[in-house]
Amino acid sequence: MTQPVPQTAGESPATGTPPEAPAKAQAVPKVSGDRVAQLGPLLALVLACIFFTTQSDRFLDPANFSLIIQQVMVIGTLAIGQTLIILTAGIDLSCGTAMALGSIVMTKLAVDSNVPPVLAILLGVATCAAIGFLNGGLVVGLSLPPFIVTLGTFSIALALTHIYSKDETISNLPSAMTQLGESFQIGSTAVTYGSLVTLGLFALIWFVLTQTTWGRRVYALGDNPEATRLMGIPVKRQLLMVYVVAGVIYGIAALLLVARTNVGDPNAGLTDNLDAITAVVLGGTSLFGGRGTIIGTLIGALIIGVVRNGLVLMGVASTYQILITGILVIVAVSVDQIARKRG
Amino acid sequence: MTDTSQTPILSAKGLHKRFGNVTAMDGADFELYPGEILAVIGDNGAGKSSMIKALSGAVIPDSGEISLDGEVVHFKSPLEARKAGIETVYQDLAVAPALDIATNLFLGREKKRAGPLGSVLRMIDHKGMREEADKQMKSLQIGIRSMSQAVETLSGGQRQGVAVARAAAWARKLVIMDEPTAALGVKESGQVLELIKRVRDNGLPVILISHNMPHVFEIADRIHIHRLGKRVAVVTPKTHTMHEVVGIMTGAAVHDLEHPGDGDEPAKPAEEIEAEAEAQGKTAQPDNPTG
Repeated sequence: MTQPVPQTAGESPATGTPPEAPAKAQAVPKVSGDRVAQLGPLLALVLACIFFTTQSDRFLDPANFSLIIQQVMVIGTLAIGQTLIILTAGIDLSCGTAMALGSIVMTKLAVDSNVPPVLAILLGVATCAAIGFLNGGLVVGLSLPPFIVTLGTFSIALALTHIYSKDETISNLPSAMTQLGESFQIGSTAVTYGSLVTLGLFALIWFVLTQTTWGRRVYALGDNPEATRLMGIPVKRQLLMVYVVAGVIYGIAALLLVARTNVGDPNAGLTDNLDAITAVVLGGTSLFGGRGTIIGTLIGALIIGVVRNGLVLMGVASTYQILITGILVIVAVSVDQIARKRG
Repeated sequence: MTDTSQTPILSAKGLHKRFGNVTAMDGADFELYPGEILAVIGDNGAGKSSMIKALSGAVIPDSGEISLDGEVVHFKSPLEARKAGIETVYQDLAVAPALDIATNLFLGREKKRAGPLGSVLRMIDHKGMREEADKQMKSLQIGIRSMSQAVETLSGGQRQGVAVARAAAWARKLVIMDEPTAALGVKESGQVLELIKRVRDNGLPVILISHNMPHVFEIADRIHIHRLGKRVAVVTPKTHTMHEVVGIMTGAAVHDLEHPGDGDEPAKPAEEIEAEAEAQGKTAQPDNPTG
């Protein structure tokens, strides 16, 4: 009854190869598009570092590295939440303004309303989570495109920030709020506690994405939502949760922002918004969903930090820095696309 | 091949379903016996997919009875049917291409690590999943080297192989294959057909929905012909030709279900069958049930 089907041409064994086939001997994993997507950003980061080392002798200074890490801390954290959403084939244009709103809520509550700092921080984080819930609810409940939904909440969060703060910067923050901006010394390098929080968050989300069912389902959801649904996974609940978790992460970014700047600034977050998306894309995560790594995002955020910092050291005007960042994104996406087609 | 004296694995009696003015099922009957591949064929709009959906829990019939292993069941969702041991393979390759084979085989039913790592942290047992996936693929003789390979690196036939292997791994009662070869080329279709036979030979009965007559005749043990919302005939590839089957399916010939051919007698010309049908008060072209 059962007859083995002749093998298809080429070296790939076809359906129907007898089970005796030496399956283990040939277990050489081929370099897939994902691996290229992981190595590319790392190579770009190394090349950028080498380039700026040749251009400025201050680049390799430990104090300069400390500065880069501090600058990367906020957009790196935002990019973690952004990665989760982009993996589901979504995008979040509101991340920066959601963070700004969160930072204004926590600082204003603590300073003007005398709310205990810890409670104020929690309420700020909850505000960001609420925006995530609103984003996710609209995407899931009304099947609206994430791009449009978050474009709307971008403006809403921006407006609420200005309305609530009355366009005033909030200063004289309680020390509990700025503690994460304090630093300790490793050798001659100052390391802020906040950058440890960011790295810890990267590690945590790496664990969740690669080692837990929840994380694998984020990938499945972005890769083939219909197949994921057919396999009995509650797709809508999962997607909503991704947006809420991203919101909470933006809330943590808000705290880091406040700690770093020592103020609640209603004009913060506007450039961080696109920087976070840029970091994710530079890190090799596909905007079509289902592909990407959180380590790539960390590298992407570092690339932005290094390039910005290096250009400043070289004395390049800030307008040109923006120009170069823009070119970088397009190059990164193009390289990624070409690598995938060949892979 | 098919032993019809046994209790059917899955059976349905008198299924009715209306969607507004449209009658999708008009007293549909169905039986799937152990160890067989039953092909279900019918023209577009014959209502076969409504019936299959009812059997797999995606549609709830207005009336009629579905039995699994002789016990009446009422599926309210595909999830319930799946819990009862019915798995479905879809035509459009319902796999996640960027994810590896093991992850796809366990999608939605991930194997977790032992102890609190699995129950509290919900950590995945990657190694265990790869090993079990490897075992499953070998038992179906699908030769793929590495279970950590992304599905998109596979050929179309191998991808559908992953979907079939997944269904066969989780199904305890039967597998429904909904046009499993529709998206595939000739050679790859052949591979998937062989695979379907292996699933049956490994002990799982298969319902095969297909428009492709050569495929149906190549692997089906029996052929369920659906027309105008109900079963009009069950034939076998040995007793009927493809031409006759198409005739019954389109209504050009009427098959008397109550007195199916013994298999030895040659098929009757269509006019003779029609004349007989008229004598029994039936018409060759029954009223459209949508009316």
